[in-house]
Amino acid sequence: MTSRLGGVGMTLAYERRVVARDLTVAVPDRSFTVVIGPNACGKSTLLRALARTLRPTAGTVLLDGRDIHTMRSREVARTLGLLPQSSVAPEGITVADLVARGRYPHQGLLRQWSTEDERVVAESMAATGVTELAARPVDELSGGQRQRVWIAMALAQQTSLLLLDEPTTYLDVAHQIEVLDLCARLHEEQGRTLVAVLHDLHHAARWATHLIAMRDGRVVAQGDPREVVTAALVEEVFGLPCRIVEDPETGTPLVVPRARRGRQSGPVSAG
Amino acid sequence: MSRTRPAAPPPRPLARAVRIGTRSVRWRGRSVTVGLVAAALTVVLGVLAIGGGDYPMSTADVLRTLTGGGTVAENFIVGELRLPRLVTALGVGAALALSGAILQSLVRNPLGSPDVLGVTQGASTGALIVVVAGGGTLLLSGAALLGGLATGLLLWTVAGRHGVHGYRLVLVGIGTTAILTGVNGWLLTRAPLMDAARAVLWLTGSLDGRDWAQAVPLLGLLALLTPVVAGTARALSLIELGDDTATALGVPVSLVRQLLLGAAVLLAAGAAAAAGPVSFVALVAPHLARRLTRAPGPNLAAATGTGAVLLLAADLAAQRTIEGHQLPVGVVTGLIGGTYLVWLLAARRRAARI
Repeated sequence: MTSRLGGVGMTLAYERRVVARDLTVAVPDRSFTVVIGPNACGKSTLLRALARTLRPTAGTVLLDGRDIHTMRSREVARTLGLLPQSSVAPEGITVADLVARGRYPHQGLLRQWSTEDERVVAESMAATGVTELAARPVDELSGGQRQRVWIAMALAQQTSLLLLDEPTTYLDVAHQIEVLDLCARLHEEQGRTLVAVLHDLHHAARWATHLIAMRDGRVVAQGDPREVVTAALVEEVFGLPCRIVEDPETGTPLVVPRARRGRQSGPVSAG
Repeated sequence: MSRTRPAAPPPRPLARAVRIGTRSVRWRGRSVTVGLVAAALTVVLGVLAIGGGDYPMSTADVLRTLTGGGTVAENFIVGELRLPRLVTALGVGAALALSGAILQSLVRNPLGSPDVLGVTQGASTGALIVVVAGGGTLLLSGAALLGGLATGLLLWTVAGRHGVHGYRLVLVGIGTTAILTGVNGWLLTRAPLMDAARAVLWLTGSLDGRDWAQAVPLLGLLALLTPVVAGTARALSLIELGDDTATALGVPVSLVRQLLLGAAVLLAAGAAAAAGPVSFVALVAPHLARRLTRAPGPNLAAATGTGAVLLLAADLAAQRTIEGHQLPVGVVTGLIGGTYLVWLLAARRRAARI
């Protein structure tokens, strides 16, 4: 397994509150890696460290074998993109203007809008299906549309690695699936390496090619979701008694929580 | 949305740019228009300002004098009295508006301005100390500059060392403003009556009797800071998207913040040193510029131009509105700015934005 992005011996902390100690992870190259775990297990913190928006108090984050904090900001931004949990769209900004801002690491004071910029922004909007919204103000869009616009901005950055911090939060179920399918397309068709933090175990097991399960700032298990997601692991990580069945659509593991005593209504057949 | 249809290429370019070889500069029609109109207004109002007063001059006289063909008397009146006042007005308006535009964008709050953050009050404190001690005009300007800078430093120490955060900066600024307003009131009561009257005039903001001694340092400051601000303007428009997004896009957020906060404080303190704390320009000019250009982001250039024209127009109104009596320019900017702000709030309330 080759890896372009990872962390070695990281201690991650906010002010004095330590979230993870001696954490080592590697993101397999060209994978769709999904990080899961219960609330406050450190999964978003890990993602922020990999995206260099949080500096480890010990240990190093490595990008292509180099300490990410010794690299120039712009240089990192041409390789590694991030879709944070919360972003602010300035009042009245149009979709095209917002997506265009993703070109910043490729621009300069005298290279403000090249034909390449124009092409990449148009492609990014097409890939996320927001081309027809180009002239609309972002604050008028629905949650699902808005999330696709932010993803388009991250795509315009043209990075081979893209980190997404809970990209499906606040979206209804159809838009969640839409965003995850979009991620899968970016991974399969464009060969990008994706790392996403997700809450939903079913989504993680279905879309990830590599799963990292965390608890209390430690990696409990990692690998192919078909091998990693077991009833024992879910119980260990989430404290949730469950059965694992096969997803009838994809054959990936589907986590079915155990019913409370007295609620069972006969055996369920998986086929 | 009809995502089943193949995505058609956009009918027109997503953004306009002038391209020469590999170099390209982006432009927006409305922003260019705003710039041109501001420049034209500056010329027209400037000629009017120079032509008026106790010694009226025609437009032709003004232009002839400005191009070096004036009589001794005209040269003195234009070169030593009216032109420095005009240049100071433009400089003060530009500096205040640029400072306000930077701060509004940095703290992501439309109320972010050197008045709200206490920089202006700090400049007033410096000036009042000199008044109480009986110092001269030059000392007063210097003390105002120092007072503003000291307040900026205080803000940075209390609120900004671990990365300047919007809300924290605004809250600390409001607290600082309250304390300094109290201190300023106390200083005023300590000043002899004549000096107190002079101090109150200064506190209103006035361009009366400003000469090259005020204009030149302010222009120097603007010339020094404009390249710094221009170089970080694009980074600033990304910081508006949130710190994490800006970092991900390759902006050294904390460095840019500190650099721009420093520039904004310097500009506001420099303006106060030249003309006193002229109210509302820093708050209103960036708003007005954004409404005129309809462009997202800090709109620094448009705000600067708008501020310069606004202050020039206000000073002209201050000199001419009441026959034979000059109002301090701060009174006019207060009236214009306050009215505009109330109207803006009412309009936004109708649009259900607040």
